[in-house]
Amino acid sequence: MTTWDRFVETFFNAKVMLKYLPDILSGMVVTIELAVLIVLSGLLAGLVLALLRALAIRPLNWLIIFVVDLFRSLPPLVIIVLIYFGLPAAGVSPSGFVSTWLSLAFVLMAFSEEIFWAGITSIPKGQWEASRSTGLSFGQTLINVVLPQALRLTIPPLTNRTIAITKGTALGTVVAVTEILGQASSAVSNSYNPSPLMMGAAAYLVLFLPVVVASRWIETKFAWKR
Amino acid sequence: MIETFFNPEIIAAIWPIVLAGLLNTILLSLIVVPLGLFGGLILALLATVHHPLVRWPLMAWVDFFRAFPPLVLLVLLFAGLPFAGLELGGFACVAIAFFLNTGAYYGEILRAGIDSVPAGQVEAGRSTGLGRLQAMTYIVLPQAVRNVLPDLMSNTLEVVKLTSLGSVVAVPELLFQARQAQSLTYNATPIVLAAIIYFLLLWPLVRLLSRLENRALAGRR
Repeated sequence: MTTWDRFVETFFNAKVMLKYLPDILSGMVVTIELAVLIVLSGLLAGLVLALLRALAIRPLNWLIIFVVDLFRSLPPLVIIVLIYFGLPAAGVSPSGFVSTWLSLAFVLMAFSEEIFWAGITSIPKGQWEASRSTGLSFGQTLINVVLPQALRLTIPPLTNRTIAITKGTALGTVVAVTEILGQASSAVSNSYNPSPLMMGAAAYLVLFLPVVVASRWIETKFAWKR
Repeated sequence: MIETFFNPEIIAAIWPIVLAGLLNTILLSLIVVPLGLFGGLILALLATVHHPLVRWPLMAWVDFFRAFPPLVLLVLLFAGLPFAGLELGGFACVAIAFFLNTGAYYGEILRAGIDSVPAGQVEAGRSTGLGRLQAMTYIVLPQAVRNVLPDLMSNTLEVVKLTSLGSVVAVPELLFQARQAQSLTYNATPIVLAAIIYFLLLWPLVRLLSRLENRALAGRR
């Protein structure tokens, strides 16, 4: 057997790959579920916080800023571990899936709030004044005039951040979520062969590479006009 | 509640363990940040070669690491390489994974910085007799770094946070030590303590960044 054959036999073992393909596929489903939940809830919560911040209620804004700073400073893995291993002591025992979802959604909420807020503040005051003087209320101005312009500005930084945080679903494996990495790791220890790990790696590329390539296109389409 | 989450007796008992973790996290950051910057600099300099044979592989390289979760990369090195007869240990795996992963991110940022310096700067520098490398080192790079400083800092924050992944491959950094302490004491206090330390350590940087980002976005219109 040549070195190359041995390499293929070890890292791309067809028999092992075929056996664990269903596991990896089910891991992909879990990863997709987690990712969709995180993106939807994280972005929505971030937008709501940014809109609340626009109301300019002092104590509320301090609270928002503190929460945002908190989730920007803490490593996502620390938040996951804190929720998963810490909360049971308080009588709530979230599953690994829920812990990972909540943690990464909080992180995305914090980052997207900052981006949405920066977008809102970047709209010149004149826009506010003009639309208020036409008789639109504060809420109408915010939703119909400011937000559409602000959102356009936020799209490139938001896509980058969303991808980076969504990749974090792999962290779920630390708290026994059966997503791709979790499935691949247990398959490696069951088969004593690294092929499932290679499959897992390929699965991540299949899921995320199209998104990254699309984000490049989005970046140029919505690029800042300098 | 205080008993389980912020127990003073437990803090006193496990403080040395957590402190050792904090020192290792700082040490690890001091190693992986320059390593990532170095990797990024190589990529950014390569990107100045506007040849399709360099450009496309480079883009594929960067996109690959943007799509690939750093933890998967780390596990691949840590659990996969031994099958090829190469046992590297947790620390070396972290260093390699960070060099590759954060290098790609730093590379994108530095490339944008270099692009932001007008071509006239290089031409002027070259016409005074500076070589290509000299013009890059003394004229382009200082301006490039200045232009993308907030992005570089923001990425550095992410890199420091990412060192917590070391806990998965038994590198005794802050999170790893806290989890050890937690399993010794059956109490959540060590993890809460670690979280507080991370927050105190990184919060000033977050505050600074948030100011810089707001100003940058507002100024770009």
